[in-house]
Amino acid sequence: MVTLFAVFLLTLLVLTAIAVVQTKNLFVAVMLMGIFSLLMATVFFILDAADVALTEAAVGAGISTMLFLATLALTGEHEKPSKKGPWISGLVVAITSLILIDATFEQPYLGDPMAPVQQHVAPWYLEMTPELMDFPNVVTAVLASFRGYDTLGEVFVVLTACIGVLFILSAGPGAPNPKSPRIPTAPSVGLRHHLIPRVVGKLLIPFIVLFGLYVQFHGEYSPGGGFQAGAIIAAGMILYALLEGEKQALKVLPQSVLIGMVVGGAMLYGMVGVVGMLMGGNFLDYSVLSSNPVSGQQIGILIIEIGVGLAVCGALLAIFHAFAARRSVG
Amino acid sequence: MFYVVSIAIMLTMALALVRAFLGPSVYDRVLSVNVFGTKTTLLLAVIAFLYGRPDFLDLALAYAMINFIGILAVLKFFQVRSNQQQKNQLPGDDLNDNRD
Amino acid sequence: MTTVIDILSWVLLLAGSIFVFIGGIGTLRFPTFYTRLHAASLTDGIGTILILGGLVLQAGWTLAAFKLLAILVFLLLTGPTAAYALANAADMSGMKPEENEVSEVEK
Repeated sequence: MVTLFAVFLLTLLVLTAIAVVQTKNLFVAVMLMGIFSLLMATVFFILDAADVALTEAAVGAGISTMLFLATLALTGEHEKPSKKGPWISGLVVAITSLILIDATFEQPYLGDPMAPVQQHVAPWYLEMTPELMDFPNVVTAVLASFRGYDTLGEVFVVLTACIGVLFILSAGPGAPNPKSPRIPTAPSVGLRHHLIPRVVGKLLIPFIVLFGLYVQFHGEYSPGGGFQAGAIIAAGMILYALLEGEKQALKVLPQSVLIGMVVGGAMLYGMVGVVGMLMGGNFLDYSVLSSNPVSGQQIGILIIEIGVGLAVCGALLAIFHAFAARRSVG
Repeated sequence: MFYVVSIAIMLTMALALVRAFLGPSVYDRVLSVNVFGTKTTLLLAVIAFLYGRPDFLDLALAYAMINFIGILAVLKFFQVRSNQQQKNQLPGDDLNDNRD
Repeated sequence: MTTVIDILSWVLLLAGSIFVFIGGIGTLRFPTFYTRLHAASLTDGIGTILILGGLVLQAGWTLAAFKLLAILVFLLLTGPTAAYALANAADMSGMKPEENEVSEVEK
């Protein structure tokens, strides 16, 4: 029955994707992408991937929509008609989808116990997590400890991406393009005239941040962790910026602090690994951090999750503010 | 019983999706996103019970928050957009005449 | 006692689904934006209360019930706010209820 639900939602997903490609109005495309994200997250949830569903909800439906809208505020709203015929891209898409459809026949069925993914290291992770770390969320254990190198890499990818986006956005406006004159805008004032959203929004911000902290520090026991918490807290701060204007938000958390959060988060993660080496273990082997290997693992995971949360939160907010600053400079 | 509720919610999601496809104004689409978000929250809550794993309710809570912020971001976008148009005296209202 | 609570929660859940579904039909079928907004936001409110109330009865006195109540409070605060914000944005953009009614019904 639940599989039928997933099939139904996946059908809606495909329809939404087609509509996104079809529409020429980019704002509509952004709205449909929001729906796409919500559907995707629900499908993840139905397939029992709660951590991924939480990430998809926070990043896909929340932050991406905001960044898309921030981009649209800088550019036009209508897609430029493409001069080239759709034949080449259509051919590529057709061939790729044929190959992919062919590949699905070789895929194991959903939940097949003989599938390679169930045979390889997964049983070992499931068996060893209670023994080595003594908490129930295996996803956090895999992410933070067993595959700590990968997550460290991801954090540095976030750092690199943040630096790249900031470089591009903080470049000067350049020569004015005669075809699309830059649109000067009013200085950001926030939603000053909308009393009801402001009151309700400001009432909710503390709870959003509190929930983000819960996701951060409860990640070993329930779905969540640094990535999701960073995105949720960033969403809460963006809500503040929406209500009070970006200037006011920058007074609370200046750009330098945000950059410091990104760099500091990544460094914190790396430092845990180095400290582990100094204490006689391997890089990112948390067992040596405490006299008891289990509590050492827990301390290590806690600290690196804080690092991940700081880095993600700082990066998202820095990018958001870079868009806003670009808009008001115009 | 949970199945009946989930089916009702998913049918509603489908209806809202059709409204999002049809438009006609951008506000209709924002409305369908909003409806869709609320329905997703409810669906997640129901499915968490269907699975017998109430600790997954955290996700529904996160969805409720994120959805609200998204709608306010759209509102802000409209405000910025209308400011831009006032400054430039752009002819026509881009937001109302979209017919894909 | 458990049976009574079960039946009560089923009634709530069923009523909630009916309201939610009616709201969905209204969102699709009503002729103008403001009427659609009306259909969506009102049924959202009552449907949310009924469905989450039914789930709270199923959960009993647990952490889950508290979380459900938190979701309920959150949705009840944000839903009408979002509806207001949307109606306000549409109104500011010059979309007036009367003229639209005539032009869109004819389509």
